[in-house]
Amino acid sequence: MPTTNSPNTLREGPNENGHFGIFGGRYVAETLMPLILDVEDAWKTAKSDPMFWSELEYYRKHYIGRPSPLYFASRLTDHFQGAKLYFKRDELNHTGAHKINNVMGQALIARRMGKTKIIAETGAGQHGVATATACALFNLECEVFMGAEDVIRQKPNVDRMRLLGAKVHSVTSGSATLKDAMNEALRYWVSKADTHFYIIGTVAGPHPYPQMVRDFQCVIGEETKEQMFEAEGKLPDTLVACIGGGSNAIGLFHPFLDDDVEIIGVEAAGLGINTQQHAASLTGGRPGVLHGNRTYLLQDNDGQITEAHSISAGLDYPGIGPEHSWLFETGRIEYVSATDNEALEAFALCSKLEGIIPALEPSHALAYIKNIISPLPKDHIIVMNMCGRGDKDLEAVIPRLEEMDLL
Amino acid sequence: MKTYKEDRLKLLFENLKKEKRGGLGIFIAASDPNLEISLEILKRLPQAGADMIELGMPFSDPMADGPTIQAASLRALKAGGSLKRTLEMVKNFREGDNKTPLVLMGYYNPIYNFGVKNFLNKAIEAGVDGLIIVDLPPEEDEELCLPAQKYNLPFIRLTAPTSDGERLPTILNNASGFIYYVSIMGITGTQSIATQNVQNAVKELKKHTSLPIAVGFGIKTRQDVADVTSFSDAAIVGSAIVNVIEQSLDSNGEGSDKTIADAMALVRDLAAGVKSKKTA
Repeated sequence: MPTTNSPNTLREGPNENGHFGIFGGRYVAETLMPLILDVEDAWKTAKSDPMFWSELEYYRKHYIGRPSPLYFASRLTDHFQGAKLYFKRDELNHTGAHKINNVMGQALIARRMGKTKIIAETGAGQHGVATATACALFNLECEVFMGAEDVIRQKPNVDRMRLLGAKVHSVTSGSATLKDAMNEALRYWVSKADTHFYIIGTVAGPHPYPQMVRDFQCVIGEETKEQMFEAEGKLPDTLVACIGGGSNAIGLFHPFLDDDVEIIGVEAAGLGINTQQHAASLTGGRPGVLHGNRTYLLQDNDGQITEAHSISAGLDYPGIGPEHSWLFETGRIEYVSATDNEALEAFALCSKLEGIIPALEPSHALAYIKNIISPLPKDHIIVMNMCGRGDKDLEAVIPRLEEMDLL
Repeated sequence: MKTYKEDRLKLLFENLKKEKRGGLGIFIAASDPNLEISLEILKRLPQAGADMIELGMPFSDPMADGPTIQAASLRALKAGGSLKRTLEMVKNFREGDNKTPLVLMGYYNPIYNFGVKNFLNKAIEAGVDGLIIVDLPPEEDEELCLPAQKYNLPFIRLTAPTSDGERLPTILNNASGFIYYVSIMGITGTQSIATQNVQNAVKELKKHTSLPIAVGFGIKTRQDVADVTSFSDAAIVGSAIVNVIEQSLDSNGEGSDKTIADAMALVRDLAAGVKSKKTA
C-alpha cells in the first residue's frame, strides 16, 4: 500500500513493485522484464536529477507553451446559472492535447538512455502525433502502432504523423483497435530491445509507466493549484476530467488528492452502460490483468477482454490506469459516466458559447458537469480539464450533430 | 486441498536421460480449430512422438505470441474455447493417457478470473503437470507461483537471451519442473533460431540450475529439433504445428480429418529429429 509510510497521504504510490494496493504491477513476459527494469532505473535517475527537470522545464515553456491558462468560462457559467466553471486549457498545448506533456518527458529519458528509436501506440492518434513531434524535434526514429480501424477513422492524424517523419504501422491483429496496437507495440519492443524505447501514452502498462506518465502529467494539477490561488485565493471545490486510460485526469487530480477537494472522473458510457457498448471500465468492468498491470477491465465471464465502444477514440479502451482503480476502490475519487449523445451535446454547447471547440474526450467531462452544476451555489468552483481540442473530431461529429438537430 | 503427486515431468526427464535423447514438446491451442478436432489431435500426439504436451489456454490478447498463435487463440475462442473447456479437455485426455506430461500455457487473466485456488484444484484434478504463465514474471510470484508450489504443482519459468547473470538467480528462485529457454528475442513463431547462440546460452544456464532445460520459440523443422536436442533436454514446437492446422482449414475455417492427419504427419516428422541424435 502506498500509504504505509505516511498514512495521511494518497500521493505516495506505487510501492517499489509498482503496486497501488492490489492494482498495477509488472505482469509481462520475462523477455520484457529487463527492458522495463532498464526504464525504471533510467526514470529513477532522471527523477532525482535537477538537470533533467530543468531541461524538461525548458521544453515545457518554449516548445509546449506551458503553463496553459486557467480560464474562467464565463458564458457557460452564466448559461448554467450555478457554480463557477473554469477550464484548464491543455488543449492549447503544442499538438493540441495534454499528451505532449508526457511524451516530452519520456523522450528526454530515452535520449538519456542512448536510445535512438521510439515506439508508441495510439488510438485517436493524439499520442502518436505528440510522439512523432518529439521525435522530429530530437531527431529520433519513430514508429507508431495504430489499429487498422483507427487508421481509417483518424486519417488526418495519420497524415500528420507521416509528415512529421514517423512510420505508422497499421495493426490488423485482434480487433484492430487501441488494445491491439498496444499488444503489437509490446511485441515489437521485445524484438528490438537494444535500440528502442517504448513511449506509452497513458497511465497504464507495466510499472514504472503508470507512475512515470502520471508524474509528467502532474504539471497540469500543479499549475492549476497555483493559478487558482491567484484567481480566487483558494482551492477549487470540484475537479472534473474525462477518463480513458486516465492520464489527463490523474495529471489534474493527483496534486489535489490530499486536499479537501471533490474529485470526479468521467468515463465514456458509449451508447449507455446497460448496452454493453461502452468504455467505462470502472463502472461496467471488474479487476483483471492486461498490458502489464492489474486494473479494472471490460471482460467476459471467461476473462477474455471485450471491445470497448465510445464515439471518442481517445476513450475507446477496455482498461484504465491502475491508480484510478485503486482510487476508485478507496473511494477518494468518484467515477461517473457520460454517453456519446451527452458528449455531443456538450461539444456543440461549448463551441457555441465559449468559442472553444473541445475534443470529444473532454466533452464527456463537460457533459457530466452539465448534470450537476446548476443547483450548486455561485461561490462553488469547478475546474474541468480541457485536455484536447476538437479539430480532429469534426468528421465524426458533424454528421451526428446534424442528425441531432444541433447544427 | 488435493496436492499434485504424479510427477510426470520428472519421470519423463529421467527416462529421456536413460534413453540418452532429448524430448519433443508440442504446443497446440486448446479448441483450435474446434473442440472435437483439437481433442482428437491432443489424444494422438503421444503416439505420433510427442514426449510432452503444452496445451495453450486461449486468450484474447496474447502479448508474447506471433500472428500464428494469435490466430489460433482467436479461432479457439470463436469456437467456444474457454478455461473451463480446456480443463475438461485435459481430463478427457488423461482418461486414455496417464503417462505423457501435459502443461498448460497461457496468460494470467483467465486464471485470475477463474480464481487461483479453484483453478489449481481443477487443474490438478484434471491431470495437469505444470503451468507456464507467460505474463507472470518472478516479480509477481505471489499471484500463482507460490500458491502452485503449495499444491506441489510445477511452475515453469521462462528465461530469455536477455536473462543475464544478474537476472538469472531471480528467475531460477522458485522455478520447478523444467526451465523454458526462449531462444529468440521476440514473439513465438516469427524468426528462426541461431543454434550456436542457443547452445551457448543453454550451457551457461546449466551452470546455474540442475533443472532440465527445454528450448522453444523459433523451432520449426526436424533439423531444428535435432540441433536443439543435441545440447538441451527438450525442444518445443508450437507455431509450426499450429500453422499446419491453419493451412488445413477449408475456406470457411472449418477443420476436417485432414487437419488431424496433417498435424500428426508433422509431429511424426519432428519426432524423427529427436530420435536421430544422441544427447552429448
